[in-house]
Amino acid sequence: MGRSGPRRMIAIVLSLVITAVTVWLMYIAFVDSADTPQTTYQAMSDNAQLAQDVYTIIFILAGAVMAGVIALTLAFSFIYRERPGQQALQIHGNSKLELLWTLLPVLIVAAMAVPTFNAIAVITGDAPEDSLEVKAVGYQWWFQFQYPELGVVTASDLHLPVDRPILVKLESKDVIHSFWVPQLSGKVDMVPGHTNQLWFTPNTVGEFMGQCAEFCGLSHANMRFRVFVHTQEDFDAWVQSQLAEAATPEEGLAAAGAQQFTMSGCIGCHTVRGNALAMGVIGPELTHFGSRTRLAGGMVENTEVELRRWLKNPPAMKPGSIMPNLNLTDEQIDSLVAYLYSLQ
Amino acid sequence: MATAVGSLSQPEDRSKIWEWMTTVDHKKIAALYGVTGFTFFLFAGIQALLIRTQLAVPNGTVLDADLYNQLFTTHALTMIFLAIMPLGASFFNYFIPLQIGARDVAFPRLNALGYWTFLVGGVMLTSSFFLGGAPDGGWFAYAPLTSTEYAPGKNLDFYTVSLLILGISSLMGALNFAVTIINMRAPGMLMMRLPVYMWMTLVVAFLLILSLPIITVALIQLYFDRNFSTHFFSPEAGGDPILWQHIFWLFGHPEVYVLILPSMGIVSEVLPVMSRKPLFGYSAIVFAGAAIGVLGFAVWAHHMFTTGLGTVPLIVFSASTMAIGVPTGIKIFNWLGTMWGGNIRFTTATYFAVSFIALFTIGGISGVMHASPAVDGQHQDSYFVVAHLHYVLFGGAIMGIFAGIFYWFPKMTGRFLDERMGKFTFWALFVGQNLTFFPMHFLGLAGMPRRIYTYDEGLGWETWNLVATGGSYIIALGVLVFLINFFKTMRQAPTAGDNPWDGGTLEWATSSPPPEHNFDVVPEVRDRDPLWYNRDHGIAAAPKPEHLHIHLPPPSYIPLVVAMGVALLGIGALSHIGVSVLGVAVIVYGVWAWALEPTE
Amino acid sequence: MAAAAHESGHHTSLGVDNRKLLMWIFLASECLFFGTLISTYLVFKGQSLVGPFPGEILDIPLTSASTFVLLMSSLTMVLAVYGAQHGRLGLMRGMLLATILLGLTFLGFQVYEFRHFGHLGLNLGTNQFGATFYLMTGFHGTHVGVGVLYLISLLIGSMRRSGLGKERALWVDTAGLYWHFVDVVWIVIFTIVYLIPE
Ligand code: HEA
Ligand code: HEA
Ligand code: HEC
Ligand code: CUA
Ligand SMILES: [Cu+2]
Repeated sequence: MGRSGPRRMIAIVLSLVITAVTVWLMYIAFVDSADTPQTTYQAMSDNAQLAQDVYTIIFILAGAVMAGVIALTLAFSFIYRERPGQQALQIHGNSKLELLWTLLPVLIVAAMAVPTFNAIAVITGDAPEDSLEVKAVGYQWWFQFQYPELGVVTASDLHLPVDRPILVKLESKDVIHSFWVPQLSGKVDMVPGHTNQLWFTPNTVGEFMGQCAEFCGLSHANMRFRVFVHTQEDFDAWVQSQLAEAATPEEGLAAAGAQQFTMSGCIGCHTVRGNALAMGVIGPELTHFGSRTRLAGGMVENTEVELRRWLKNPPAMKPGSIMPNLNLTDEQIDSLVAYLYSLQ
Repeated sequence: MATAVGSLSQPEDRSKIWEWMTTVDHKKIAALYGVTGFTFFLFAGIQALLIRTQLAVPNGTVLDADLYNQLFTTHALTMIFLAIMPLGASFFNYFIPLQIGARDVAFPRLNALGYWTFLVGGVMLTSSFFLGGAPDGGWFAYAPLTSTEYAPGKNLDFYTVSLLILGISSLMGALNFAVTIINMRAPGMLMMRLPVYMWMTLVVAFLLILSLPIITVALIQLYFDRNFSTHFFSPEAGGDPILWQHIFWLFGHPEVYVLILPSMGIVSEVLPVMSRKPLFGYSAIVFAGAAIGVLGFAVWAHHMFTTGLGTVPLIVFSASTMAIGVPTGIKIFNWLGTMWGGNIRFTTATYFAVSFIALFTIGGISGVMHASPAVDGQHQDSYFVVAHLHYVLFGGAIMGIFAGIFYWFPKMTGRFLDERMGKFTFWALFVGQNLTFFPMHFLGLAGMPRRIYTYDEGLGWETWNLVATGGSYIIALGVLVFLINFFKTMRQAPTAGDNPWDGGTLEWATSSPPPEHNFDVVPEVRDRDPLWYNRDHGIAAAPKPEHLHIHLPPPSYIPLVVAMGVALLGIGALSHIGVSVLGVAVIVYGVWAWALEPTE
Repeated sequence: MAAAAHESGHHTSLGVDNRKLLMWIFLASECLFFGTLISTYLVFKGQSLVGPFPGEILDIPLTSASTFVLLMSSLTMVLAVYGAQHGRLGLMRGMLLATILLGLTFLGFQVYEFRHFGHLGLNLGTNQFGATFYLMTGFHGTHVGVGVLYLISLLIGSMRRSGLGKERALWVDTAGLYWHFVDVVWIVIFTIVYLIPE
């Protein structure tokens, strides 16, 4: 293809077509990926929406720059490909052009910066007065959630009311973790020795995926959680159910399990309110374990099969698990399962 | 590179090996760096293939969590410190003296010491796999996961000690290169006549000189935390894990420009020669390179946007980070300007250089996206960042290095690499890397965090992970063909001639491969592209003098001795203090012998 | 250091000898090295959870004396360079020796100080002050030690047959740069640790 006339047109059109097709394919894949369970691009809270809007602006500007550079690279490659008899233009520069491509990026960058600054002023600013405070504490490898005002402590499942600002205080008991619920908020790290915070107002009832986002050792991949956003009534009902102490079963398998729970040393690491012996603080509180949807730091669904697998040998299921293999027999596990599921 | 392999394929010859071990010739040292660096590249690539194989399907079972963590950590460390940096050092070594018209670098023995120290550090880091476990805390080793409490093995000590040794090696190289470029230019080679590649080298040298001491201190502090009960980074006793992040990235961000600027320099050499026209906007490219270097020290906290810095620091670092897009854009557009109006030969080198423009832009653009803390809240530690870093590092640094290999191979060996195989390599790398790394944007968007050895099905991550894995095998195929190409070419007779691409810079004024003393007569420089100037003004090359009286520094085994001392020092730091003391003794002895060794 | 001797008489672009240029650039790197150590000290200043605290154990008069010794060594170093450049071999040797002795005296003070602090219960792991203080002053002391070795080798070199005369004044000159740098760093450290109160 040549440097003049129709060939030049063909080259330009070809470059534009290739660029357009590339961009289009990317767009399709983008839309597809935005429609997945843990997506970062379906905001369900005010602050996440704010960040997403900034993203949209930046995305379009950046995409335009990318498409422009690709189109130019292609076009020049086609047009100025060597041909016998052609001479290369002997020039050293062009100050007008150079000024143009210095100023244009400055403008683009400014267009990205201004909305960014506005958004972070809000997102990292103070939470509203009437926020519900939740303290999220990272452990290797599970999340603990405390509601200081309500006196509730739970793990792996985070329950929130809709349309009320939530202030999450972030702490860590060991290494750095990161609290990330893509649809509700960008991530903020949980740093030992520091208290970080983030806030957002969930605007939709539903279930959202959370994940630890900072590499924190062997089972970083398995450190997950779920967020349940309820209507205010449902949330209040949930709080009431959580406030109750656990009753120790009097008879049947569950009663045997309760004894086993003491004898196997579980009490050393786990708290069950209502069971005066179980005061451990190394592992998750189990007072209402039966009502939780996820098990073992959100790694798997809380089903009997999984719970048996867990009790049989925790580190085999979750690499590095701090809960050791207690070499429980199948009968012991039977009773423990019955007991644990009695803790509704 | 060439001669190294040439000698390896000959029957075992002690004196030949001894010659390589004692060489102070910058071209041979370049060959050593090149071969070693490429070997490490293959090694790190195989690690990447293992990573990708594990991630190909949900709940993969190829690797367990422990091995996976070691692999991604050493994959990154090996690629960065043992592959890209030494491959850069290889080109620096070879072409600094040739491009500025000097007979050697300023300090030939220091140069040799740099290589041997690098080898010691590289072997030490790699050997950790067989000595109880490789580093497994990620390449930036965030505290307190790296404290003895959470990482009791020796893994992280291998990290600190070998990175310290590699840092010393890079520092020696950088000092040497800086002095050489500043002080040993041929007559008439003003600073503003330096080839752009030399400018980028100079900026890289200063980035290293000013950033390595910072990481040195951090590594020493981490070593002390782990071995001498200090608490710089562990919170219980008043230390601060965030401090590690500040110090690491204060080094780490300049470091990424250390990785990319050499490739930008190569592209700035290849494009004008292949387009048959001078570089567009020379001064702008030079100043942009310097500006990137300076700004590079003012953006480190963009790696820490999610650590709770507070609103004002977020805004400041966001602004400085975005600002870096402007000088980088200047380079991109000037390269396009160079192609514009050219008569471009599409050799394999050109393919790599041109694709650099587009691929690096994609990576740079995603960099600017996470320069916005609001957006980065979603991107940080997700595969979106993994996509970014591979676009700039593979699409940028590696593609640039391949451009350099194909461009300079005739000069270094007198032989052309096969163009058909070369183009196959290009297309395999180009297609493969887009297939591998572009889908990672989508994965990040779909919320996939990085550094996870496994993931559940049903999250919408299956397809793109599989595609990425397929892409990485295509890359491997391309690299394999390159290896075949290399060995095949080395068996052929040299036919390239002195200046096969009609280049304008001084390295093309001497024979291919150049004689040990580089130039029979040190050329006089009158222009940025001296050979083109001479060609256009009908100036003939100076005739070869009848008698050459050129003093070259004699070979020396002393750098090797000092490097052995460094090795002992390092081994001692990992095992028993006594070995370290021995190492110091060897170093002191070596330096004395060094000072007393006659060099005339 | 490594300069091929044949280069010394040759043309250089700046007219500065390669070795001297190397030293200058190396010292730029050293600035960042000590800069980071000093920054760490400042970050953790007042952050110690348990004693001994700096105010309790620093002996300012004593360290002022050792600082004075180090300052004097810079003076003798200047004279050594002067001697080397003007071909006064005797002056140079004497002053090199004096610099070495002053440097050793400074190190002696430091060894005493470290041991004394150790007796008072301040160790590397005791608190943030111990960690940052020992690391920073320890590395400075190491630099002084290396400098002493450096000067000793110059002194011995000047005794050798080939001698270290005027034409090699550059060696002494370059060593002087290093020595003064180490001295200046100490002034900064001394000010920050000893003079500025908590
Ligand atoms: C070669 C290496 C290299 C290079 C050159 C860059 C270049 C850039 N990087 Fe990247 N970066 C890495 C290697 C590199 N990076 C690595 C390895 C990491 C991950 C570390 C880890 O966590 O493991 C990282 C991570 C990283 C982060 C942290 C992400 C996170 O963890 O949350 C950020 C955030 O701001 C960032 C930004 C940038 C920017 C703004 C540039 C800019 O320099 C890019 C500038 C270029 C362009 C913008 C394109 C060309 C310009 C134009 C065509 C002009 C027009 C453009 C505009 C108007 C915008 N990078
Ligand atoms: C220079 C930098 C560089 C380069 C070139 C690469 C190249 C590649 N990288 Fe790497 N990567 C990093 C730097 C780099 N990476 C960094 C800094 C990280 C972050 C680490 C961290 O989180 O700490 C990372 C992380 C990283 C991850 C994320 C891991 C995780 O977060 O869990 C992945 C996953 O796919 C990956 C994949 C790849 C692949 C497939 C390649 C491919 O391009 C590799 C291609 C090369 C080959 C395939 C080699 C060819 C080999 C042969 C042909 C065999 C020949 C055989 C014999 C001779 C025996 N890399
Ligand atoms: C050494 C301390 C320790 C002991 C003893 C211990 N656990 Fe645990 N347990 C933990 C830790 C830590 C976890 C969280 C592990 C993770 O998710 O990574 C855990 C998790 C659990 C879970 C899952 C909780 C959730 O919210 O996902 C159950 C159920 C459980 N333990 C039951 C038991 C039983 C029953 C016993 C006794 C037979 C027991 N534990 C003994 C430390 C312990
Ligand atoms: Cu906790 Cu990752
Ligand atoms: Cu960066």
